[in-house]
Amino acid sequence: MSGTIEVRKPGLSTTVQDTGRTGYYDLGIPPSGGLDQYSLRAANLLVGNPEDAAVLEIVYLGPELVFTRDAVVAVAGAVMTPKVDGEERPQWESFAVAAGQVLSFGYLAGGARAYLAVSGGVDVPVVLGSRSTYGLGALGGFSGRPLAAGDVLPVGSGAGRAGRSAPDDLRPSFGKDVEVRVVMGLYDHRLTPVGRATFLDTTWSLTPVADRIGFRYSGAELETVDREPPFGAGQDPSNIVDAPYPIGSIQVPGSVEPIVLHRDAVSGGGYMMVATVLSGDLDVVAQSAPGTRTRFVEVDLDGALAVRADRRERLDRLREALA
Amino acid sequence: VTAAAQEARYSWGGDEFVFVELAEEMSLQANFRAMAITAALREQRPDGLLDICPANASYQVRYDPDVLEPHALLAQLKELERQVGDAADVALPTRVLEIPVLYRDPWTTETLLRFRDRHQDPDATDIEYAARINGYGDVDEFIAAHSGSPWFTSMVGFVAGLPFKYQMVPRDRQIVVPKYLRPRTDTPKQTVGYGGCFSCIYSVRGAGGYQMFGITPAPIYDPTQSLPDFTDFMVFFRPADIVKFTPIDREQYDAHVAEVEAGTFRITQRPVEFALAPFLDDPDGYNARLLEVLR
Repeated sequence: MSGTIEVRKPGLSTTVQDTGRTGYYDLGIPPSGGLDQYSLRAANLLVGNPEDAAVLEIVYLGPELVFTRDAVVAVAGAVMTPKVDGEERPQWESFAVAAGQVLSFGYLAGGARAYLAVSGGVDVPVVLGSRSTYGLGALGGFSGRPLAAGDVLPVGSGAGRAGRSAPDDLRPSFGKDVEVRVVMGLYDHRLTPVGRATFLDTTWSLTPVADRIGFRYSGAELETVDREPPFGAGQDPSNIVDAPYPIGSIQVPGSVEPIVLHRDAVSGGGYMMVATVLSGDLDVVAQSAPGTRTRFVEVDLDGALAVRADRRERLDRLREALA
Repeated sequence: VTAAAQEARYSWGGDEFVFVELAEEMSLQANFRAMAITAALREQRPDGLLDICPANASYQVRYDPDVLEPHALLAQLKELERQVGDAADVALPTRVLEIPVLYRDPWTTETLLRFRDRHQDPDATDIEYAARINGYGDVDEFIAAHSGSPWFTSMVGFVAGLPFKYQMVPRDRQIVVPKYLRPRTDTPKQTVGYGGCFSCIYSVRGAGGYQMFGITPAPIYDPTQSLPDFTDFMVFFRPADIVKFTPIDREQYDAHVAEVEAGTFRITQRPVEFALAPFLDDPDGYNARLLEVLR
């Protein structure tokens, strides 16, 4: 039975997201999708949805939603207690919401982004292979934008099952000190050995400039190698001839305040990138709130592939636990 | 006729990207090699390759390392680099497009006046500044240079559907203009901009650091796909599109806007083949022949 969800309060920036779209980055259309893919998939598995169904990504402050049909929901990711008609419900566990009831959220108490899955999935149209919202391009999701009060979200059919719970050891914890693993490279030869050491030794602090496009950190200035600027690059030592930006790449405009590009990344530009965050550790970045103290830890490609295998194994265990 | 191809630089971008820099400095040769290599890769398209993104003097691919072994992919990319060589004998099928531009329009002028505190020359407009530092006698002469020779779309991106263009003239005739000192928080949609050695067209309204010279009435991004140019896809530009900017006046601009609103506007486009070697031999003669198809 399909139905709808009415948005009474939208929260700070609540968007429809799934596992993202592939194959259009060459035209400037990034993957989008939930920034914390593990929590997004977990929320879907908890209610019994396909893992790649569309959910709501909730940032810092939760929405207030009215359901027009009975549904099973689950909230994974950031610590933000869900409430049904004001009564608290657990996270990382599926529970029922009856037609007419109001789902709201308590204050953020850890992490940054929560994922609300609804049985049947959020049923906005598929655009270029995905239901994810890409805000800069006004594309996908609900009218290509974050939710607003008064919006009515379509929900697909699917009964779901309440009472399913993720094992404790498969729930990530969100601290204020995090390590984010990176592969150095791209334009890191623009840094002197001192500049490179500064990048890896500094405890960076996430600034309030942290959204689906990128996360900006403060902490130190990186020393660059002197050079004659190549034609077309620009005069600043951090300038390059505009190049493609990998998702997760860390650019350093003006050699200060590194920016980690996330899943709504600008697809290219003229600032040196010095490293790339491992795809799995983008989940850690996603759950960083401003002020989070962050170390970038270097791994090589083999190390990155080992981390990737660990992450896949962890997801397999979650699938098994919730099957 | 072409300088020997430089050796490319390969780098891992985390566990899902390979980044390849073909040259440190911008040139049509480097861009053409990026186009030729990525076009050949598209034809081979190994399983597990997810995105192929050509850029100005570089390119990147996104792949799934669980399907496509990273070192095997790297070897394939290096082999393609060797096969393509300096790309002098490659003929690339592409299009010639005519983009009408209202230079010195009221909307970008109003916008640039709001951000003079972020500009190198607060007392001049962006186009006056660009004309002066590039040694043109006046803005009309500058517009004649900007619109006189065609542009090669060297990259599409930054945001959805935004084309970067490199002018098809020898380096001593390239226009070079720095970006704003600090980026603006606003740029009108369809602004014709300039930064470094690239002209661009902003596909959506938003932040931007390129100098603003004018505006085109031609939509280039339509996520609703309601206009006839967007029946097949929401992004109009493709890498390697060749563009002629045609100056128009306010009356022509308004007429085009009325066509856009009526849903009848089309960008004039013709299929052509572009080859690097004959272009480098005689750029102006080659360009003149290319643009004849628009007549």
